[in-house]
Amino acid sequence: MTERDIRQAIAKALGRVAPEANLEELSSDENIREALDIDSFDYLNVLIALNEELGVEIPEKDYSRLATLADLVRYLSTHAPQQ
Amino acid sequence: MPSLGADMEAGTLLLWKVQPGDRVKRGDIIAEVATDKGDIEIEVFEDGVVEQILVEPGSKVPVGTPLAVIRSDGEQVSVPAESAGPAAPQRALSEMGPPTELQPPPRPAADRRPRISPAARKLASDLGVDIDTVRGTGPGAAVQRADVERAAETKGALREVSERATDRTGMRRAIAAAMARSNREIPHYYLATSIDLSATLSWLETENEKRSIRERLLPAVLMVKAVAKALGAVPELNGYWSEDRHQPQESIHIGFAVSLREGGLIAPAIHHADRKSLDELMEAMRGLIERTRAGRLRSSEMTDATITVTNLGDLGVEAVYGVINPPQLALVGFGKITDRPWAENGAVGVRPVVTATLAADHRATDGRQGAQFLEALKRHLQEPASL
Repeated sequence: MTERDIRQAIAKALGRVAPEANLEELSSDENIREALDIDSFDYLNVLIALNEELGVEIPEKDYSRLATLADLVRYLSTHAPQQ
Repeated sequence: MPSLGADMEAGTLLLWKVQPGDRVKRGDIIAEVATDKGDIEIEVFEDGVVEQILVEPGSKVPVGTPLAVIRSDGEQVSVPAESAGPAAPQRALSEMGPPTELQPPPRPAADRRPRISPAARKLASDLGVDIDTVRGTGPGAAVQRADVERAAETKGALREVSERATDRTGMRRAIAAAMARSNREIPHYYLATSIDLSATLSWLETENEKRSIRERLLPAVLMVKAVAKALGAVPELNGYWSEDRHQPQESIHIGFAVSLREGGLIAPAIHHADRKSLDELMEAMRGLIERTRAGRLRSSEMTDATITVTNLGDLGVEAVYGVINPPQLALVGFGKITDRPWAENGAVGVRPVVTATLAADHRATDGRQGAQFLEALKRHLQEPASL
């Protein structure tokens, strides 16, 4: 799985909960929830969508490490199942 | 036209999902209505048969206007409709039904599928038209392409009406009316308490470790359940102030405030929150949030809430002092869970703490009952295993 695949999956998951957001304006070190006004229910929905798309099970204790786009890409790249 | 909010005056009938003669069951969605707070699915509250449609799609009518006449079960005459039997009692949706002539009995199920040509069916699929809502004008009331086209045009035009009605102005106007009425009529009193959530969050963490990501619970679910259980201890806060008197309700339907991304707020009801398990509540809340944002709420969800819970913790505020949603009696607010210095047993430590607030109607209850409620809320929230 390439970084491009992961970024696409993230964009798709975020687009589902924040359809009006312009994701191209989201910088990689910005706090996603603050920037896109995503509440805890929607953030859980984003993580569920990423789990379904990429097969990565994210334990709750890791949620706090996934604040920015860069965090998400790094975490998912490391934990995605090897093809 | 049911009242779907404290200050709703009128609604626009968008479409019917039933036709005269159709059998309906309690809870069935039979129509969609556009209101200032979005498109709402109208449910029927008893089993019966649709006798007559009284309001055509596209019509804007005042609250209280009968939309349709439904003859409830047990009130049916057993004689054929064309014979001169005794008139069956009827009830209009909106509870204001004028007597009407008897219609033919319900069509058997096998006959309820609309007859439609393959071309018309494909067109309906392409245009996103529900064929059950199309009236056929072909032989034997078969649905033809022209019928589908007409339905699609009506649907498009009505959606435009609906979108205009649900723009931010309409939403703000609806909120303004309800909140102004609340501040004008309800003498609020406010109480707050800080709750140590160490044991609660630790229980939640252990619980969530056992669950797949789809099954995990959020703290907000525990908060809603704790409110529901605390209302069992102080039922005076659950219900309405209406017709100048206190009307507590037995059923606990918690209105959960959901903010809309385009602005505005709706607090649809989670029915019987006290009887739901945490898993059922989590599922109900996820579904409710999704449907609120998609504009697919049901009429009972818009009208049944007996108290409101608002959780602004995600936005970082410490405490919420809310405005009661009339005619309800109270609003419970939760702020952000933050680590705070906490003194207990003569020692100071750091604990995750949330501030819970109560805004209550002083006409119906006093501070004593409010304080008892917050105490019960704290107790339940700190014993998550028994929620």
